Amino acid sequence: MSGIDSGGIGPGGAADRLEAELAGLAADAPPALLDRIAARRVHVAGPLEEGPLVGVQVAFTDRGVAYLRVGMGEREFAEAFRARFARPLLPAARPPAGLVPALRTGRLGGLALDLRGLGDFEAAVLRAAAQIPRGQTRPYAWVARRAGRPKAVRAVGSALGRNPVPLLIPCHRVTRSDGSLGGYVFGADAKERLLRAEDVDVDAVAELARRGVRLVGSDTTGVVCYPTCGDARRIAPGHRRGFRDLAAARAAGYRPCEHCRPA
Amino acid sequence: MTVTDEALPRSPAAGPAGDPVGDPVGAEVVAALVRDLDVGFAALYEAYRGAVFSTALRLCGRWAEAEDLSAEAFLRAYRALAGYAPGRVAALRPRPWLLTILANVWRNSLRSAARRPAAAPLEDAPDPPDPGEGVEDVAARRETGRELAALLAALPEMQRAAVVLRHVTDLPVAEIAAVLDLPEGTVKSHISRGLARLRELRAAGRDPGQKGGVR
Repeated sequence: MSGIDSGGIGPGGAADRLEAELAGLAADAPPALLDRIAARRVHVAGPLEEGPLVGVQVAFTDRGVAYLRVGMGEREFAEAFRARFARPLLPAARPPAGLVPALRTGRLGGLALDLRGLGDFEAAVLRAAAQIPRGQTRPYAWVARRAGRPKAVRAVGSALGRNPVPLLIPCHRVTRSDGSLGGYVFGADAKERLLRAEDVDVDAVAELARRGVRLVGSDTTGVVCYPTCGDARRIAPGHRRGFRDLAAARAAGYRPCEHCRPA
Repeated sequence: MTVTDEALPRSPAAGPAGDPVGDPVGAEVVAALVRDLDVGFAALYEAYRGAVFSTALRLCGRWAEAEDLSAEAFLRAYRALAGYAPGRVAALRPRPWLLTILANVWRNSLRSAARRPAAAPLEDAPDPPDPGEGVEDVAARRETGRELAALLAALPEMQRAAVVLRHVTDLPVAEIAAVLDLPEGTVKSHISRGLARLRELRAAGRDPGQKGGVR
C-alpha cells in the first residue's frame, strides 16, 4: 500500500514499520464472545420415562437455561427458538451443570435460568410458580396474588402457557381451584402424569373440590392450608376440617399456613 | 420476522459472493448460510470473528466495549439474515456486510457514549494471547501496541475507521469504501492523512508531558 502511504515523512522503512505495527494490533476474539451471541442446544432425558414428556430439548445461554420443549424435531425446535429469541442456536457438547438433576428431581437447585425478554408481569408469574414445591399445587389465583395482580387470574393462565422453561419452572403445579387440573403447555395429559409422578393425589383433591372444600385445616393447630401442602397432609384424619375459602376458615378462628400461604 | 435495523447496510454489498482475493472463505460462508442459518452463522462467526473483534477493539479502544460491539454486530447480522430471502443471502459479500454492521454499531455507540459511564481503559485490560509468538515478542509487541492503540484514539472518527480497516483488519480499499459508504478516493485520503497524523502524534508523544489516547 505504498501508493497511498507515501506522505514523505521519514524514510520508507518508517512507513512500513508503522503499517506492520498496525497489523500487529489485530486480536482474536476472546473465547467467551460466541457464548454472548449464540445459545446452545442439548437433548436430555425428561422427568418421565414414557408418555408425552420424553425427548426434552433445551436451549441455554451464558446466563442460564432459556427454553425447554418436548416432542419436537431438531429443526422444529430451532425454528421455534429463533422465532421467539432471534438468536443463533448451536449444538452443545454437554448440558449445563444442574440441568439433568433439576429435571429428575423437579427441584431447580442452583440451576440458572435466562428469563430475559419476558415482560414484568410474565416474569413475576413465573417467579411465583417457581416457588411451588414438588408434590404440591396452587390455584391460578394464588399465582396472580403473588405476582402482584390478584385480579389477573386469566392473564396468569396466558403467562404460564408461554412459560419458556416448563418442568424447570413448574407451571404444571398451578391448577384450577375447582379441583380440575386446567391447561398445560404440553397438554392436560402430561400435566396429570407429572403431578401423579410427584405423588400429588389428584383424585383426592378433585373429590374435596366437588364437596366444596378448597382448604384443609387442623383443629389442633388452628392452621389452614391448601390440601397438597406438606403440613395439610400430616393432619390426622380425625382432626381435619375442610373450608370453602379463607374467609370461612378465618371466621372459624383458623389462620393461614405460613408455608403454602392460602389466599 | 420484521427487520428494521438502522445498523444494517442500506444497500447490502452485493455482487459475486466472496472476493476470491481478499476473502477466500466468503463463498463457503454464504453457501453454509443458504443451507442452514444456524450452521451458516457458526461458519460466519468462525471466519470473521477476528476481523470483527480486531476492528471493534481498535475503533473503540476498550476491550470490554469491543466485546459488546462485536456481540451486538453479530447478533444484528443474525437477525437480519433470518429475515432475508434466500436470494439475498446468496448474493451477500459477508465480510464487508458484517463490518458495515459493526461500523454502524460503533458509530451509534459513539452517539450514546455520553450517556454511559466510562469503562476501564484498554491499558488496564489484558492483551490477547497469541500462541504463535514467543514471550519476548509478545512483550515487545504489547509495548508498541499499547502506545499505537492509544494514538489511534486521537484520530478523527473516519480517519481512524479507514486506517483500522485498511491496516489492522487488512481490508482492500474497495471494501472499506463499501463499509464506510464513501468513495474510494475519500477512503484513500482518510488512510493517508490518518497514517501521517499517527506519525506526528508518535513523534510528539515521545516528548515528555504528552499523553496519547486522551480525546
